[in-house]
Amino acid sequence: MNTPSNLRFAASHEWVRLDGDIATVGISDHAQAELTDVVFVELPAMGRSVDAGDPTAVVESVKAASDIYAPIGGEVVEVNPEVEADPSLVNTDPYGKGWIFKLQVKSAADVDTLMDAAAYEAQIG
Amino acid sequence: MPVQYTAIIEEHTAVRTACGIFDISHMGQLIVTGANAASWLNRMLTNDVADLGVGQGQYTLLLNERGGVIDDLIAYRSGEAAFFLVVNASMIDEDFAWLEGHLDDGVTLTNESDHWAGMAVQGPKAVEVFSKVFPDEILPPRNGITAMADGCIVCRTGYTGEDGFEFFSPASEGIAYWDRFVAAGAKPCALGSRDTLRLEMGYPLNGNDLSPDRSPIEAGLGFFCDLDKGDFMGRETLAQQNANGPALRLTAIRYLDKGPPPRAHYPVASADGVVIGELSSGALSPSLMAGIGMAYLPAEFAAIGTHLQIEVRGKFFPAVVVKKPFYKPAHSI
Repeated sequence: MNTPSNLRFAASHEWVRLDGDIATVGISDHAQAELTDVVFVELPAMGRSVDAGDPTAVVESVKAASDIYAPIGGEVVEVNPEVEADPSLVNTDPYGKGWIFKLQVKSAADVDTLMDAAAYEAQIG
Repeated sequence: MPVQYTAIIEEHTAVRTACGIFDISHMGQLIVTGANAASWLNRMLTNDVADLGVGQGQYTLLLNERGGVIDDLIAYRSGEAAFFLVVNASMIDEDFAWLEGHLDDGVTLTNESDHWAGMAVQGPKAVEVFSKVFPDEILPPRNGITAMADGCIVCRTGYTGEDGFEFFSPASEGIAYWDRFVAAGAKPCALGSRDTLRLEMGYPLNGNDLSPDRSPIEAGLGFFCDLDKGDFMGRETLAQQNANGPALRLTAIRYLDKGPPPRAHYPVASADGVVIGELSSGALSPSLMAGIGMAYLPAEFAAIGTHLQIEVRGKFFPAVVVKKPFYKPAHSI
């Protein structure tokens, strides 16, 4: 299982990459492997303001629909149209082309509340 | 059985293109024997067991007094006065209690569910898999049942629409047979693909699409109810609905465009947005890559070609009533 060391992770299996005050969010390799066969991604509305823990997107496999939670608070400033057109990118490239949305964060320091790669790997065992 | 061993679409595709194996040991086996077995079963079940020669089976339903479905099952005639009923796992105790409560003289009912392990081997290569494991045995014809030399039972039936068989062995030998079928080329498949495969065929799942409050006429299963064979449990309701047309019909619905996979309990609305029912089953069809589902709808919305909408998380997705099956297997027998 791939867990890049430059990312932070939420207990609910989202990853965050912070560039300045823009946080890119997706789901972890572990999460996509558990879901398998991602067939639909519902993206959030642009401009939506979310708090940490808010259901913000939905990723669906054949098996089930799963909420994707905002790992930190912010405003949705970009969504990934490619995963809407080809949801399997979440499976094949979860940390790259499979990103889901970007937040302009309220406080960049919030990212420090999330797990680093080692802690996340310990969580998923 | 888990939801998936590898991934649902992969398992689904294995059954449609090659061969998959499902553990169906949870299913129930009830044995009915005795001089009056056939006439008694004909009063308890909807289909006509008199149509069955020894070695033949049929899909049939067990109804309550109101014509509602207790269970759907396959009844095989294993001997002149002996029947092998394969019933749904969740209904074993209820079916047995209901049948026992209506038992006649000259009929013996036995629950052998704990005795049998079961596996469904399904797909265009299922016959080849069977021949590799049993070079000296021959599969029965469609819907047939054969008692094999080693004490196992094989039935040419399934729940996928593909050719294949359901195999029952003594429980203690189940794992060994499973391993032999897998070694012969059957891919382990689980509940997720079992559901998408049966839904593509429009086959009902008891508890989702069948219930004690809905009749087989409403469920579109009139073909399996012989109203001319004499009286049977629930017949009166069925005859009335058959004559007048049922108020509700289990309707097959397919998305017109891409959308989130439809799932059970999602609301179904008319083209102008009035909610008229809810999905009893729904899935993304792996064969069609389109959302499919079934719902009990007022008859006026059940005609093929009727435009509907399925509501998912507050959004409406256009859909249309289609003919069952949703998908026609290339390889069925």
